[in-house]
Amino acid sequence: MSSETKQILTTDGIPLEVSLKKAEKKNKIKAFLLVAPLLLFLIITYVFPIGEMFSRSVDDKMITNMLPKTFKEMEKWDGKELPSEEVFSAFYYDFKVLVEKQEHGKLGQRLNKEKNGFNSITKKLFRQVKRKKIDESISIKEQVMKVHKRWRNVEYWQAIKRTAPPYTMSKYLKGMDMYYAADGSIAQVDEDRRIHRILWLRTLEIAFFVTLFCFLMGYPIAHLLATLPMKYSNLLMICVLLPFWTSLLVRTASWMILLQQQGVVNDFFVMIGLVADDNRPEMMYNKVGTYVAMTQILLPFMVLPLYSVMKTISPSLMRAGKSLGGTPFVAFWKVYFPLTIPGIGAGCLLVFILAIGYYITPALVGGASGTLISNQIAFHMKQTLDWSFASAMGLMLLSGVLVIYWIYNKLVGVDNIKLG
Amino acid sequence: MSKNPEFVKFDKVDKSYDGKVLVVKDLQLDIAEGEFITMLGPSGSGKTTCLMMLAGFETPTHGEILLDGNIISNIPPHKRGIGMVFQNYALFPHMTVYENLAFPLRVRKVEKDEIDKKVDKALSMVSLNGFESRMPAQLSGGQQQRVAVARALVFDPAVVLMDEPLGALDKNLRESMQYEIKHIHESIGVTVVYVTHDQSEALTMSNRIAVFNDGKVQQLSNPAELYEKPVNSFVAEFIGENNTFNGEVVDIDKDKCKVKLANSEILANPISVKSKGEKTTVSLRPERALINPTDKMDNMFSGKIEEVIYHGDHTRVRLNLLGSSEFILKVPNSTSNLELKVSQDINIGWNSADARALDPK
Repeated sequence: MSSETKQILTTDGIPLEVSLKKAEKKNKIKAFLLVAPLLLFLIITYVFPIGEMFSRSVDDKMITNMLPKTFKEMEKWDGKELPSEEVFSAFYYDFKVLVEKQEHGKLGQRLNKEKNGFNSITKKLFRQVKRKKIDESISIKEQVMKVHKRWRNVEYWQAIKRTAPPYTMSKYLKGMDMYYAADGSIAQVDEDRRIHRILWLRTLEIAFFVTLFCFLMGYPIAHLLATLPMKYSNLLMICVLLPFWTSLLVRTASWMILLQQQGVVNDFFVMIGLVADDNRPEMMYNKVGTYVAMTQILLPFMVLPLYSVMKTISPSLMRAGKSLGGTPFVAFWKVYFPLTIPGIGAGCLLVFILAIGYYITPALVGGASGTLISNQIAFHMKQTLDWSFASAMGLMLLSGVLVIYWIYNKLVGVDNIKLG
Repeated sequence: MSKNPEFVKFDKVDKSYDGKVLVVKDLQLDIAEGEFITMLGPSGSGKTTCLMMLAGFETPTHGEILLDGNIISNIPPHKRGIGMVFQNYALFPHMTVYENLAFPLRVRKVEKDEIDKKVDKALSMVSLNGFESRMPAQLSGGQQQRVAVARALVFDPAVVLMDEPLGALDKNLRESMQYEIKHIHESIGVTVVYVTHDQSEALTMSNRIAVFNDGKVQQLSNPAELYEKPVNSFVAEFIGENNTFNGEVVDIDKDKCKVKLANSEILANPISVKSKGEKTTVSLRPERALINPTDKMDNMFSGKIEEVIYHGDHTRVRLNLLGSSEFILKVPNSTSNLELKVSQDINIGWNSADARALDPK
């Protein structure tokens, strides 16, 4: 007991722990300096952009900054009846500032997203303000209500109040085909307009099947690679890696050449009489094309982890299994297969995560029914310029991947992953 | 119970991997039931190939292998019922010791109670009771080795093959495992075919030893005979230590011959020489040459000590004798030890019966 509690000292009388820390301090600093550039790089290129994406996806400050007085007055409003004179006048003075800065159009657009019809009534109000038709000495509420009947409608004022918080989850809801209803509750969009949910499900489905196909095709290849004599396995390895060294775009383009209706594969099918010339199957611009091209492109990510794990399995284990009386199948299933699980886990996780965020291949060969959520993100980045929505969906994708990783960790255990 | 002297039979077996070189040449080998036979030889001599053919992992290029009178060349490994201990143990790393041992029983659809009983018995045989739930990685090398032995025996195979099973163990452990395996063999009477390149291991454990070289069995006999009476210079060289003289037979009698060396003549026991003028290599075990012999010996020479190496239980002395400076003597460590000093001249004697004139090297 006493030896445990007694402090161990060095010959100079300094406590051993202190001495050890001092001795290792220099090495620790050196080690940290070595990784510091990478750390900095990661912060700049990874942590910071993700943080930026997150703030952009929930950011709703623009309108908060545009109508500061209004929102201050609205704090006192119960949101049921039409707001009081103070709210109306605060809104009017805010609006006047915007008119001077020529930012009233932005306000109209933003409010229009919240509730249709705002655009025209802000324009009407703008004209009145511009021509100085509003007399600031009498009730502003009365005058504003006269500009358009919608200004007399409490729903429009409720819509303005909803935009008060500087942050909003509406982009995330939109990504799940939901929205804030007029009363502030969450509602689903009409069934025929639920496009995002279809895309999410399709993304999961395609990622799942691509992973499955990669596994089914990659396992025998990896086994062959691991067991063939060096001479042949090197050649095979090059065949596996060759697509790796080819540009992704080139590979996808060559699939387009192969799979199109007048393409090589269809020509071959017609030649051997499998299909009629006037009834060539569509293998591109649909899910088939996405499956085929993505499986081929992601195959090396399955083969390599499997190979590196299989390489470490001694061939004598299979022999032991057989010599102990197991049929080749039993020896494989009971001995070899369980030992490859770390590789299967690593390969599947890698392929699945890559597939779930795949962009270029589905964009080129997927057509309408073969595009994935990442294509939708790109669409909002480039076409609609709704970056906050794109950011929100990107983060949803990221958290989806994290959830999958978590589930995987619960089921298989991350310690069981072996990449080499 | 009469034992089958041809329980395992290699009948004119040839094996080639590439169609150019024969790894095993015309192998003719009978192994008796319950025998402990060792295939001994340098690496690449074909001994492991023989074992693999018996286990069913390689097929003979020519000839047949018979087990208890049945040709087994076309039976796949899992139906041969031969236990095997591998060089690196080949324990299944994802299974516990119990599961490892139960594997051969489970694939044979043995009842659960029966499995428990047999696993328990096999583990007590290698004194590893209580280790059932350990994983192989949690065991020491020696323990893994014992599990591998137990696993190869648990399903009561007729023959157990061991492919250099002790190669990865350190010296002390290797020696104690040698005795342990030998005792297990004696107590259950299973036929063991053992492959090793370690001659002391072979001498310690075996009933008979087949010395392999160049794809052929050079000599098949019991350990004592192998050591005392090697039939050719390869065996003499490979088993134990050996002093050699190269020379030419100048006179030959029934049990004696005179061999002319570079500048002297010695008497030897003609084993593989038949007539005068033949070249020969004379082999003499170091412990058969004595210093200042009291008995009358027919070879008496004087040599100069070049080196004295103390080995604890004995002292090795290197002599310059008969024109060769590689002559080794082993002097047992006893109370009446002689004073041995470098560059001292001493008299050496040996009997011609111990100097075997073999084929020339």
